[in-house]
Amino acid sequence: MAVDKQDDEVLGKAYDAKLMKRLLQYIKPYKKYVVIAILLNIVVAALGPVRPYLTKIAIDVNIANKDYHGLFIITLILFGTLLFQSVIQYFLTYYTNYLGQKTIYDLRTQLFAHTQKLATKFFDKTPIGRTVTRVTNDIESLNELFSSGIVMVFSDIFIIFWILGFMLFIDIPLTLVTLSVLPALFYGTFLFRKKVRESYRDVRLHLARLNTFMQEHITGISVVKIFNKEKNELKNFSKVNNDHKKANVDSIFYYAVFFPTVELLSSIAIALIIWYGGGETIQGYITLGTLLAFIQYTEMFFRPIRDLSEKYNIMQTAMASSERIFKLLDNETIIPNPKNPLPVEKIKGEIEFKNVWFAYNQEDYVLKNISFKVKPGESIAIVGATGAGKSSVLNILTRFYDINQGEVFVDGFNIRSVDKSSLRKHISIVLQDVFLFSGTIKSNIGMNNPDITDEEIRRAAELVGADKFISNLPKGYDEEVKERGATLSVGQKQLISFARAIAYNPQILILDEATSSIDTESEVLIQNAIEKLLKGRTSIVVAHRLSTIQNADRIIVMHKGEIKESGNHQELLSKKGIYFKLYQLQYKDQEIKIN
Amino acid sequence: MKNLKTLKKYFVRYKTKIFLGILFILLSNLLSTYIPLVIRDAINLLQTKITQSDLIRLSLMIVALSLVAGVFRFLIRQTIIVVSREIEYDLRQDFWQHIQLLPTKYFQNTSTGNLMAHATSDINAVRMFIGPAVMYSIDTIIRFVLVIYMMLSISPAITLYSLSPLPILSFLVYYVGKKVHVRFTAIQEKFAELTTKAQENYSGIRVIKSYVRETQEIEDFKKLSNEYLHKNMHLIKVQALFQPTLFMITGISVIVVIWIGGGSVISGKLMLGDMTALIIYLGILIWPMIAFGWVINIIQQAEASMKRLNKIFNEEYEITDTEVTDKKIESLKGEIEFRNASFKYNENFSNVLNKINLKISAGSTFAIMGLTGSGKSTFVSLIPRLYDVTDGEILIDGINIKKIPLSVLRKSVGFVQQESFLFSDTITNNLCYGLNEVDINKVYQAAAIAQFDKDVRDFPLKYDTILGERGITLSGGQKQRASLTRALIIDPQILILDDSFSAIDTNTEEEILKNLKSFMKNRTSIIISHRISTVKEADQIILFDKGTIAEKGTHEELIALGGKYANINQKQLLEKEIEEFN
Repeated sequence: MAVDKQDDEVLGKAYDAKLMKRLLQYIKPYKKYVVIAILLNIVVAALGPVRPYLTKIAIDVNIANKDYHGLFIITLILFGTLLFQSVIQYFLTYYTNYLGQKTIYDLRTQLFAHTQKLATKFFDKTPIGRTVTRVTNDIESLNELFSSGIVMVFSDIFIIFWILGFMLFIDIPLTLVTLSVLPALFYGTFLFRKKVRESYRDVRLHLARLNTFMQEHITGISVVKIFNKEKNELKNFSKVNNDHKKANVDSIFYYAVFFPTVELLSSIAIALIIWYGGGETIQGYITLGTLLAFIQYTEMFFRPIRDLSEKYNIMQTAMASSERIFKLLDNETIIPNPKNPLPVEKIKGEIEFKNVWFAYNQEDYVLKNISFKVKPGESIAIVGATGAGKSSVLNILTRFYDINQGEVFVDGFNIRSVDKSSLRKHISIVLQDVFLFSGTIKSNIGMNNPDITDEEIRRAAELVGADKFISNLPKGYDEEVKERGATLSVGQKQLISFARAIAYNPQILILDEATSSIDTESEVLIQNAIEKLLKGRTSIVVAHRLSTIQNADRIIVMHKGEIKESGNHQELLSKKGIYFKLYQLQYKDQEIKIN
Repeated sequence: MKNLKTLKKYFVRYKTKIFLGILFILLSNLLSTYIPLVIRDAINLLQTKITQSDLIRLSLMIVALSLVAGVFRFLIRQTIIVVSREIEYDLRQDFWQHIQLLPTKYFQNTSTGNLMAHATSDINAVRMFIGPAVMYSIDTIIRFVLVIYMMLSISPAITLYSLSPLPILSFLVYYVGKKVHVRFTAIQEKFAELTTKAQENYSGIRVIKSYVRETQEIEDFKKLSNEYLHKNMHLIKVQALFQPTLFMITGISVIVVIWIGGGSVISGKLMLGDMTALIIYLGILIWPMIAFGWVINIIQQAEASMKRLNKIFNEEYEITDTEVTDKKIESLKGEIEFRNASFKYNENFSNVLNKINLKISAGSTFAIMGLTGSGKSTFVSLIPRLYDVTDGEILIDGINIKKIPLSVLRKSVGFVQQESFLFSDTITNNLCYGLNEVDINKVYQAAAIAQFDKDVRDFPLKYDTILGERGITLSGGQKQRASLTRALIIDPQILILDDSFSAIDTNTEEEILKNLKSFMKNRTSIIISHRISTVKEADQIILFDKGTIAEKGTHEELIALGGKYANINQKQLLEKEIEEFN
């Protein structure tokens, strides 16, 4: 299986200052929460380390002096700090999570809104699954960074500082002895980080491949079944699955080495305390309470470091995800709106193409110097063989794509000078592939547009002859439509998409090969409806079936990106050119090759 | 936990490694829980008399114990966590094997996004249970028992006093755990909804753009995201209780030791070293307990995930070889018969096909016409058993198709679906999909028949060109011709074309049909079309109407019948004639 080695497999660093800076922008609106969280953290961080110190006092002062009352007071203070810490901890957890949730909500909705602006070109090139992952899982992996990650980093730093402070305050030489293991710890952590990063990259890569495989084969499951390839695909799957497992098993090794090493270093620190501190105690330089406090501090000191790998994972995932998220957010495959768009309230529906050149990819022109004019209310049919460029004419009219050269005018204004959405509001399109959304029949016709009434939806359905089958459904217009309209036939779906176009009552109507899958009888039905509809509207129809375009005012015959013939049906037939040939082919069992 | 029981067979599979892992956990804990006792000895000795060599001996002992314990810790991960990855692999493998065999119906009612979520996050949640959760819970239990044993050996009374808050803890874990479970499930459901929404939006982006529905879509998405946020906060409200409560309860234990233990030290009943060891032991207990909360969390998530996975695992294959399958059948001639065959997609729906009785003789060409939604596609889908009839039976070569091994049946049927799907792979691999290995000569032959070779020759990498996901780089017509090629390559005894020329221009269609004529010799072919010109020469033509056969016969017979077919023909002819006269 070939796998697209794109951004899913590109991995950045665990910490990237630029990315981090940008991520932090999203916290800005919640600065207040962050400040409160950090302040609370400073307090909470101190409450932990204060307890070994209190224990030291209990041992050195109260117990040594057999002071029961003092011991009781100390325990009360200890309890107080504990209670305080717990309460603050609860609110801290709650608010940092709230912060995280809010932040990723903002980022997620921003990202989604951005994708809505992206041009069709982007969606042509990018698998849907990938974009979905960006707004779902990738954003999700930032949650931990925002909710616990950032605040926890602060909290760990504060804890370490407080511990150091207490230790230095109690005994400086013993502190230095205890901390002599730090260089080894830092080096070990550094090595670990490096190794984990490498293996993490491997894991991500294979996970991406695994997901791509599954996504694709679930979508194409019927092909797998029809060709009886289940066993074979299981074998292919096991390869991908196994690579993923191997990558993970490799990474386990580093964790298996790292954790015991940290533990060992912590034991060495305690051994040092006993050996050196013990000696000092004999000499009477330090007290037993100090020794105990240091043993406790060592435990506390190593804990944040032990958790480091987990935080490191959070960071790494977050960095990798944010890099992909920002890449999408920075994707400017957008058909630009003019700075000062001309207002388009109402249009007559005049269309003009003037020397239009267009290519999907660089110089590979699919439209070559196309010029034609459509009068308001005129009905134009575009015919031609596959790849003649018919669909492209429609795609550029609504600015799904921008042209390379030339100009397109609607009502005399260049379509680039108006707002895209106001342009599209006047143009309804029935696309080649009918797409239905999950929801109801009604919501699929009205597209949840509050301006379209139920009555209008019904009328639109009646007009295209969809009313009949809709009424026969158990719940009629409220019948649920499953994902992609799975329970409806292709023809029914098409009727709904007609109704959808009509419900919008556009000035310009575009049909793209939409009638090709409809049987003759339904075609006649729709043809009649469209005839009524076209009255007073400008229309451009692309169809393989010539019967659907006989009623057109004018027919444009395209061939290999150029307009070869144009005129009404009779004129064109009498020319005995390409149109004549196309026509002959459709109705007579003759074979005429078009060059 | 009842859902997680499904995992038993996997655990059994790796029992040696798991057993070793548990042994390592035990050994490493035995060693590490001994360290506080060494510290105790050191402090007790410090209070009386101690030499420098005692200090060195005790210090080295601590390091040595920690080192050996560390080696065992290393081995724990190398066994238990590795096993979790093995099981994850097995589970995913089983999942995939199962999914592939589920009936087509299942995929119609389940979104891809949903299935993907099960295959990724659910399996991952279960993996977290198998590895870290199992490791930490066994570790916690062993450590717990050992630590309490050690503590009891130091001072039973103080140990009991200090551990008295524990029952509260266990109740809390139970109570919160239950709530977490419910709330977590709600989150996952919302997340799936969010994913489906995004998936659908991007799939239908052109429609959304055409109808300028972006703003509405953004609002809808915002609403879902906001609901998701609230579901999360709902969980956090209880989840945030875990850590502080654990801190509280373990902290109280330490305070109890300082208070009562301190008192005992003052009264001379306890050595200071003993008190130290107790405090250190409690410190050791805190983290397993926090891990415990975390483990509970993982178990809850895994349980919820496993429940969903089990639901999928319990889905029935419906269409599969059974005991009635006659394994001796190795090939088919291609005579197809429908006997009283009825079909409906769902019990609540009415019949899509109603008591169809029909015979298609081997090697003949059979054509189907009919209105949209009249049941044509469903009818042909029944032949390779993408669906099974809900009533009646279908026979091929006089044998009920349920008795024909599924692999033989599907190998004999070349089915070109209405909507073509191609894999992100090279054109060659796509075309040879139905073969066991690539055969480039067959590719050339079939592609020539399907008029696809001309297109491919224009691609820079020819047949090695890689197609994007869902064949993005191909036009609709090219996709259809590619899938036609793919079906021809397997040399099927029965060829089904389900409106397979809809995106192909008439000129090319003519060519293809002409080429197909010789290919179809001695093969049964079934063609769905809307054009008389396409179906006209078929040996038998039927006209579907509302799930029943309205008309049946040859072109001439149907014309003579003067029914719907004749009507369609007349319309098509009439239009032609009118034009010819003009």
